Amino acid sequence: MRLELHRIFVNKLAFGEKTGVKDGVLTIDKKELLDLISEDALLGKKLDVDLAMPGDSIRIVPVKDVIEPRWKIEGSGQVFPGMVSDVETVGEGKTLVLSGAAVVTAGKIVRFQEGIIDMSGPGADYTPYSQTCNVVLLLEPSDPGMDKHDYEAACRMAGLKAAAYLARCCAQANADRVDAFEHPNIREAMTLHPGLPKVGYLYMLQTQGLLHDTYLYGVDVKKILPTVVSPLEVMDGAIVSGNCVSACDKNSSYVHQNNPVIADMLKRHGKDFNFVTCIVTNENVTLADKRRSSSFATKLAAMLGLDGMVITEEGFGNPDADLIMNCWKAERLGIKTALLTDEYAGQDGASQSLADSCVEGDACVTAGNANEVIVLPPMKKVLGFAEEANVIAGGWQGSLVPDGTITVELQAITGSTSELGYTKLGAYTL
Amino acid sequence: MAYRVIHYINQFYAGIGGEEKADVTPEIREGVVGPGTALKGAFGPEVEIVATVVCGDSYFASNMDKASAEIVEMIKPYKPDAFIAGPAFNAGRYGTACGGMCEAISKQLGIPVVSGMYPENPGVELYKKSAYIIETPNSAAGMRKAVPAMAKLLLKLLKGESLGTPAEEGYIERGIRKNKFYDKLAAERCVEMFVAKMKGEPFETEYKMPVFDRVPPQPAVKDMKDAVIALVTSGGICPKGNPDHIEASSASKYGEYDITGVMDLTADTYCTAHGGYDATYADRNADVVLPVDVLRDMEKEGVFKKLHNKFYATVGNGTAVASAKRFGAEIVDKLVADGVTAVILTST
Repeated sequence: MRLELHRIFVNKLAFGEKTGVKDGVLTIDKKELLDLISEDALLGKKLDVDLAMPGDSIRIVPVKDVIEPRWKIEGSGQVFPGMVSDVETVGEGKTLVLSGAAVVTAGKIVRFQEGIIDMSGPGADYTPYSQTCNVVLLLEPSDPGMDKHDYEAACRMAGLKAAAYLARCCAQANADRVDAFEHPNIREAMTLHPGLPKVGYLYMLQTQGLLHDTYLYGVDVKKILPTVVSPLEVMDGAIVSGNCVSACDKNSSYVHQNNPVIADMLKRHGKDFNFVTCIVTNENVTLADKRRSSSFATKLAAMLGLDGMVITEEGFGNPDADLIMNCWKAERLGIKTALLTDEYAGQDGASQSLADSCVEGDACVTAGNANEVIVLPPMKKVLGFAEEANVIAGGWQGSLVPDGTITVELQAITGSTSELGYTKLGAYTL
Repeated sequence: MAYRVIHYINQFYAGIGGEEKADVTPEIREGVVGPGTALKGAFGPEVEIVATVVCGDSYFASNMDKASAEIVEMIKPYKPDAFIAGPAFNAGRYGTACGGMCEAISKQLGIPVVSGMYPENPGVELYKKSAYIIETPNSAAGMRKAVPAMAKLLLKLLKGESLGTPAEEGYIERGIRKNKFYDKLAAERCVEMFVAKMKGEPFETEYKMPVFDRVPPQPAVKDMKDAVIALVTSGGICPKGNPDHIEASSASKYGEYDITGVMDLTADTYCTAHGGYDATYADRNADVVLPVDVLRDMEKEGVFKKLHNKFYATVGNGTAVASAKRFGAEIVDKLVADGVTAVILTST
């Protein structure tokens, strides 16, 4: 498999007559974009689009998802397969990427588990999406009493549609940089790089259900048995977020598209190890499901003869049990593991950080303590509804004070403790 | 002007006597006493040890609350900037007194506190979360090593300088997790650690897996006919509107709610405060999390004697174990006092 990412670097956004990109400026025809997302009868009449740039005194709250605009310009399938495109296999050919731009879905909250993005100030240091030029979709349901699951689906689709639309409108533009990735099939992978350990990436996805779902080619991942996916498919949006868990450690669609573990493993492929494949698995709620999926995923790894796996978690608490089962089951099959998670050690950092543990988990990297408290000074402009800070996960009654200052746990900041490791945050023991 | 520091030592280091004098009551003396001289040398001109508190180890151990309250009052007039205790090496009661005083002073006066102990001193386990405790050898022969490290750490705290890791500073790991920005993405750190592990090279985990406090389930209730059953949940069920404002995540409290005469939890009367699961169904019918309806039926049928007229609820989502432990202990005390004989715990 060979995939080229044709990157166009975006460093400015503007509204204009026609959607397109020139000299780093992504121009957006607001009406055309609004018309596109308004097609969904589940969304209300008062939809809006606004722009937020790095350094702006802007707070976006509550945020549901962040998506990078991409569009396939060559090769089979299309971005976000099974969601806004057909179900054909992706991961080959050429994909246009508006690097530096992002679509942010925000507005009327789905439920408690949405986040905050500050474009400047201390909060901006904690979210990777303060560094992107954000096209913010301010959404609302057509019926205030709408079933939350329907509304979640509508918000999810609006974001994906907008991201595909923006990149599609730029399909004729020349790339600023082309990054090419090649990934061999399993037969070749088995004979390549003799002497290097064969390794994989066990990619855990949040699938607790009931607004905690992730999709693979449009399939609800809680309904799958663990399966094998090429790292290149992920870059074309084969995995998208559909979940409403705490904002800090839900993997946005953007971070799936730009999975930094995959990026780093591809970089080290052929030097430090032979990166054979990704295995996608779920985090379901019942014990039988946890046991089945962890046994099946580690069995796949053993069948492929893997010597080691990097394992990333999504979410916390209940999924810690899946992480730990995956870890010890792999280790006991002779497959070495390194784990990537985050911590809930209490606001004072004095509690235990994970809900489960095992002695085999001796190589663990964390993206920080999500309970640590941060004060976010007021911003000049709020896109969305600041008062949601009082009810979102990580906030409390009184988090928002009249001058606009918000005091919350990092938990409430979108992507702050990304368990795909997309930030530099971590923790140490005093 | 030099920082004003108070030093705490026991009767032995004050030269009063050994075990036979361990019951002497606390006193405060101006200036340095005993090991204070070495401390003074280590501090240099930036710090003045304005006074030294002396207390017998037995007296402190037998009267901890009283003794620490007395000592806090003795210290206050000196308006200290910091407090330093020991080093206690491996002396158990002395270590406990040093730790206890550090905790009391830190909480009540809000000033930096430092002690020094051997890692196996029981004072370490009790107070390492409340104070920086420099790791010392197990006997007073290690005084020369302990004192400079204690002085250096306290000076850093006084100046508000950022501290390095426990290994760098020489203090015993407190078990407190603190965030910091690393130079590399967490993903890069993880893959790097993975490569080291694959190659059999040394690596240091960023988080040592905890050892859990496992609680064996209670045996089954033998006499159901006479059982008084209570409902307790971490699923966040509360009267509609969440009157106690229990947080959606990282709960700081639990609620106690009267269900006298309540036969069924309806959408008009109850909801969930929980932010970690889809609340659609619990908001519509909270019995799915807290089964009051079914238990009322069983109560009527005489399966058990009585459903307790209060239920307790908190939110388990992202809530610190320390908080959960406290809620649990308090709730149990109330249930036992009310004559409850069995509890159904529901989670989500």
